[in-house]
Amino acid sequence: MPWDRNQMAARAAQELEDGMYVNLGIGIPTLVANYVGDKDITLQSENGMLGMGPFPFEGEEDADLINAGKQTITELSRTSYFDSATSFAMIRGGKIAAAVLGAMEVDEEGDLANWMIPGVLVKGMGGAMDLVAGVGRVIVVMDHTNKHGKSKLLKKCTLPLTGKKVVNRIITNLGVLDVVEGGLKIIEIAEGVTEDEIRAATEANIVN
Amino acid sequence: MKKVYANATEALDGVISDGMMIAAGGFGLCGIPELLLEAIKDSGAQNLTFASNNAGVDDFGIGILLQTKQVKKMISSYVGENAEFMRQYLSGELELEFNPQGTLAERMRAGGAGIPGFYTKTGVGTVIAEGKEHKDFNGETYILEEGIFADLAIVKAWKADDTGNLIFRKTARNFNVPAATCGKICIAEVEEIVPRGSLDPDAIHLPGIYVHRIIQGEHEKRIEQRTTRKKEEA
Repeated sequence: MPWDRNQMAARAAQELEDGMYVNLGIGIPTLVANYVGDKDITLQSENGMLGMGPFPFEGEEDADLINAGKQTITELSRTSYFDSATSFAMIRGGKIAAAVLGAMEVDEEGDLANWMIPGVLVKGMGGAMDLVAGVGRVIVVMDHTNKHGKSKLLKKCTLPLTGKKVVNRIITNLGVLDVVEGGLKIIEIAEGVTEDEIRAATEANIVN
Repeated sequence: MKKVYANATEALDGVISDGMMIAAGGFGLCGIPELLLEAIKDSGAQNLTFASNNAGVDDFGIGILLQTKQVKKMISSYVGENAEFMRQYLSGELELEFNPQGTLAERMRAGGAGIPGFYTKTGVGTVIAEGKEHKDFNGETYILEEGIFADLAIVKAWKADDTGNLIFRKTARNFNVPAATCGKICIAEVEEIVPRGSLDPDAIHLPGIYVHRIIQGEHEKRIEQRTTRKKEEA
């Protein structure tokens, strides 16, 4: 059985180490916060906060306290607030250890496309280009194939890029792959999935 | 010099004009200068360019100025929450310059600090880098981005004293600080103007030197995505 959203998020949480400052993107990456366990992880929200807490209890929402997805959240005892220039100074300056992001396409060189489909989706890149250019490690979490069954792990991205040679690791519903010299390397296969199935669902070159 | 004005319309008097470039604070609908945006709508100023991370929603924030077609151009990182924006952009009525969020923040900060340009890795190898100067430092490629020098900055803070010292609240600080600094004139709207001496000088987020006019008013502070969790049964 391929991993479901929560299993993918749980697998991504294993990538995070004690003491890390981490930025989680919207969608499945947000779920990663549910699986960090006892690890001492500080979540950054790029609209100006370190130490992001869970959603507030009903009736305790604060319009002045939101995450980068514009959702109401809460603060923790470790929380600090700052302005957007400071927030991206710490991102660009390499202080954030890792970002976990969703993607539309990743290719065998580590190029990432996750912000635009020309003529269809023109919402903007938000902070994604800054994150992939600045953080220590970029972990992509996404389905292995799109809804038409086509591979999202390509030889070459077809959509406008978010960043060039920026992805380090890809966690999909089928397994875990690293971007290495010459292509992608299979690191782990989801239980019940075969290596042949991963290879068949991957357009990118797989190296041994 | 007196900085406190009675309301947003008076604070804009003699400042707002057609064709201006305006830097606005806020992220989503959080910490936006909602009273000043309403007053800019009422002023009827046309052909405005806004440097603002987002464009509001259809009926709140910068969205209200899109409805009245007062905006010529947006410089933003994300505009996905606004259907009217999409319609005007796709029909060619509205110019749009996408900036990565951190690049936009730094362009404002740089402009406010008298820095006309800076090099950044953000966007290298993407459409953002097209037409921009590339330069290598220590074996890595960077692109040149320019500082933003706005005619007017409009921001929202939590508290001010009458000298313009500002304190923001939680994540409502966001773009308000860099936006405020990059305007030739900055107008701040706040929830409360407090007497001089009642703000801790060590806790000021933005010194009054950047703030020329201040108004106090009631804010709607609309929530864009209300997300909650249930209290667990004891």
